Amino acid sequence: MIKVDGLVKTFGTTKAVDGISFEVANGETLALLGTSGCGKTTTLKMLNRLIEPDSGSIYINDKNILEENPEALRRGIGYVLQNNGLFPHYTVAENIAIVPQLLKWDKAKTDRRINELLGKLHLDKGHLTAYPSELSGGQQQRIGLARALVADPPVLLMDEPFGALDNVTRAKIHGEFKALDELKRKTIILVTHDVQEAFELADRIALMDKGKIVQIGTPAELLFAPKNNFVRDFLQEQRLQLEFRAIKISDLWEHLPTGGDKVKSPALSTELDLWSALEQFKFSKAETIQVKNSEDVIKAISFEQLMAAYAQYKTLQPHE
Amino acid sequence: MNEQQQPLWGFMAQQADKLAAQTLQHIGLTFISLFIAVLIGLPLGIYITRKKSLSGLVLGIAGVLQTIPSIALLGFMIPLLGIGAKPAIVALLLYALLPIIRNTFTGITGVDATVKEAAVAMGMSKWQVLVKVELPLAMPVILAGIRTATVINVGVATLASYIAAGGLGEFIFGGISLNNTNMILAGAIPAALLAIIFDFLLSLVQKLNFKKIKGAVKIAPVLLLLLSCLYFVPSAYGSKLTAGFTPEFMGRQDGNLGLQSKYGLKIHTIVISDAVMYKAAQEKELDVISGYSTDGRLKAYDLVVLDDDKKIFPPYYAAPVVREDALRKFPQLEKTLNLLAGTITDSVMTELNYKTDYLHQSPERVAKDFLVAKKLYRVDRGGKSGVVRIGSKIFGEQYILASMYTMLIKGYTDYDVATKTGLGGTKIVFDALTNDQIDFYPEYTGTGLLAILQAPTKTVEQLQVSKDSTYNYVTREFVKRYQLKWLRPIGFNNAYALMMRQKQAKELHIKTITDLKRYLDSK
Ligand SMILES: Nc1ncnc2c1ncn2[C@@H]1O[C@H](COP(=O)(O)OP(=O)(O)O)[C@@H](O)[C@H]1O
Ligand SMILES: [Mg+2]
Repeated sequence: MIKVDGLVKTFGTTKAVDGISFEVANGETLALLGTSGCGKTTTLKMLNRLIEPDSGSIYINDKNILEENPEALRRGIGYVLQNNGLFPHYTVAENIAIVPQLLKWDKAKTDRRINELLGKLHLDKGHLTAYPSELSGGQQQRIGLARALVADPPVLLMDEPFGALDNVTRAKIHGEFKALDELKRKTIILVTHDVQEAFELADRIALMDKGKIVQIGTPAELLFAPKNNFVRDFLQEQRLQLEFRAIKISDLWEHLPTGGDKVKSPALSTELDLWSALEQFKFSKAETIQVKNSEDVIKAISFEQLMAAYAQYKTLQPHE
Repeated sequence: MNEQQQPLWGFMAQQADKLAAQTLQHIGLTFISLFIAVLIGLPLGIYITRKKSLSGLVLGIAGVLQTIPSIALLGFMIPLLGIGAKPAIVALLLYALLPIIRNTFTGITGVDATVKEAAVAMGMSKWQVLVKVELPLAMPVILAGIRTATVINVGVATLASYIAAGGLGEFIFGGISLNNTNMILAGAIPAALLAIIFDFLLSLVQKLNFKKIKGAVKIAPVLLLLLSCLYFVPSAYGSKLTAGFTPEFMGRQDGNLGLQSKYGLKIHTIVISDAVMYKAAQEKELDVISGYSTDGRLKAYDLVVLDDDKKIFPPYYAAPVVREDALRKFPQLEKTLNLLAGTITDSVMTELNYKTDYLHQSPERVAKDFLVAKKLYRVDRGGKSGVVRIGSKIFGEQYILASMYTMLIKGYTDYDVATKTGLGGTKIVFDALTNDQIDFYPEYTGTGLLAILQAPTKTVEQLQVSKDSTYNYVTREFVKRYQLKWLRPIGFNNAYALMMRQKQAKELHIKTITDLKRYLDSK
């Protein structure tokens, strides 16, 4: 668990971070969201002490990291950068093996772990002897991720990890990211200025402005219970899409009609978000999809029924 | 000159031993200093990337060092480190420092900040970041600096011969002094080839990819050390005293060749420039040097001239050489110029040179003081009946003589004087005289004999028996060939001479060159 309290960092006269506090539970993903210059990177870098805070405290698993040896601390925290920061003079294999080498792992263990990660990250074995410059942007970013994950650190810090990628590649890596079991166990802090990315990948979002957190909460909380106009305006542009992502079938469950035609296809989980459920109609070309809740109740619903449930759900939200 | 007709290859083949030795010395000098420069420059360059506030100062100092003319830098080194390899290596390494420090600094500061940050973020220590990330990534830039330094060093190392550190400069500067093109090329071509080859080899290293560069960087120190050792290969001497001779003296019959053939003198000899030779003798780096017998530095450094008892150095008596038509045009002139005849001995001339060269008194003042002391001085009569044009060569002694003649003419006659001093070397001032640009200038009998008349070797040898015979010969020939008259000699003989420290010569009872040979031969 990460617990940050009253962090302040000033560069000259710029208050980059102005009293930030938050907590992240084990296994949770928190997105630091905000426009450029609002202090996201500075906040993140204080967590592995690339930047020392002026004041405030940071605890990871109840240990005050400001009292730890910074090098040992960093070896236990994965770090992924926007421009990947791969060593141009190291091969892919050497790049991934940097932390194991610092931790003095033996070669067999390192090799085993690298092979394991390669499979999970859809990388080819042939890439291992290549230099980073010989690979595509997407491949480089995957290797940056592999490098951060190789020693299986419990905490992962990511600074705009997908920011340098084109839209298609980014969408693909987002999918892989969510599917990666390695990441499900990790406590992740993800810095991004991309609202969609935050909604898609994070369990909770801290929306920042001018060095402060304006609101912290789940995507749905930010959408449906914005604390002020800043939050509302920030999400306004992509509102519909965000809502489709923020709402789960379980949220609509009571508005969905029971019964319906039984179809052979396997039932979907109610943990699915509305956006993904709508996509099912596109893929399966079926008239209805089946969803099953935690009590094994199955409902077969059509596209129109789903949209009607969404409309009812919306009218019940407080108008804030 | 008959050497001129010998093909270059012939000369190089004939001198192959010397050439090989000099080349090895040259490579050795280049790489010893380069090695030390890397040992100093690399850490210093790294240090100023950590302490950026010092970078301006350090790079500034290294930059200033590089603008000091090489000869001057070598000169500064002598009082501190003497002559020979030590000062040469230090001077070379000072030149090599700037490119190495600067490229280390720019190389490391130029490493991608994201990559450095990633290295720190993964838990590398400062040392690990330096060794695993910054240095390897800066290596191409650092190598470019080392490459520049190497080429600079190969060039500057030619000057090492000025302070007796050997190298290909011995041939180059010997050749220049002796006007021997083959000798110059025999030094210059290998030096240029060395620069080109090393530049090319280092450019290959620079282009290696990261994998191979790792290996190359590991063997580099070993290779540098090996190359450095070349310097010590050729040195195998052994004699009681050390002589330092100018490149010119080394190659002349009336110089080192004569010392060997006529006296049979065998002494450990190093080649050195005139500029630092006297100082080196005073500092006991050298025991015997070749100099000029009236040089002011003789007195300044307390040296004594060894008597040339077998007369191998032709006499260089100074006397005014005058156009015959000028003597007719200015009837008073000959009598006036002869006022100085016989008045200045070797030691007096040395003393006068000492005052201008060493005490920095003006030639006019030195001339006037002398004339006053000799009761020859008379005030300027402000004469207007014609202008006598006096010439002089471009060194102190000639300026003093020209000043004396000016004062005498103005004081004793009604002529006015125009001086054209500083007319370069012998050829320039002599041409000015024959072309009626000047009326007279002070010349030396030996120069008249060897440089102007270019008398055959046989004649020279015959004339050397007595000091008057040379004077008589040039007087006769000059009238016949050029209608120029040598007036009576001033008295001193500014010839080549071997000199030693006064104290040492006394201790060893050496007065003549024969004494020196006897001392060297005795066990
Ligand atoms: N090393 C630094 N020196 C001076 N100012 C900085 C430094 N790092 C960040 N800043 C300033 O602090 C503010 C926050 O920066 P940053 O945390 O990088 O923002 P973000 O990651 O949200 O774009 C910006 O105004 C930025 O200019
Ligand atoms: Mg940022």
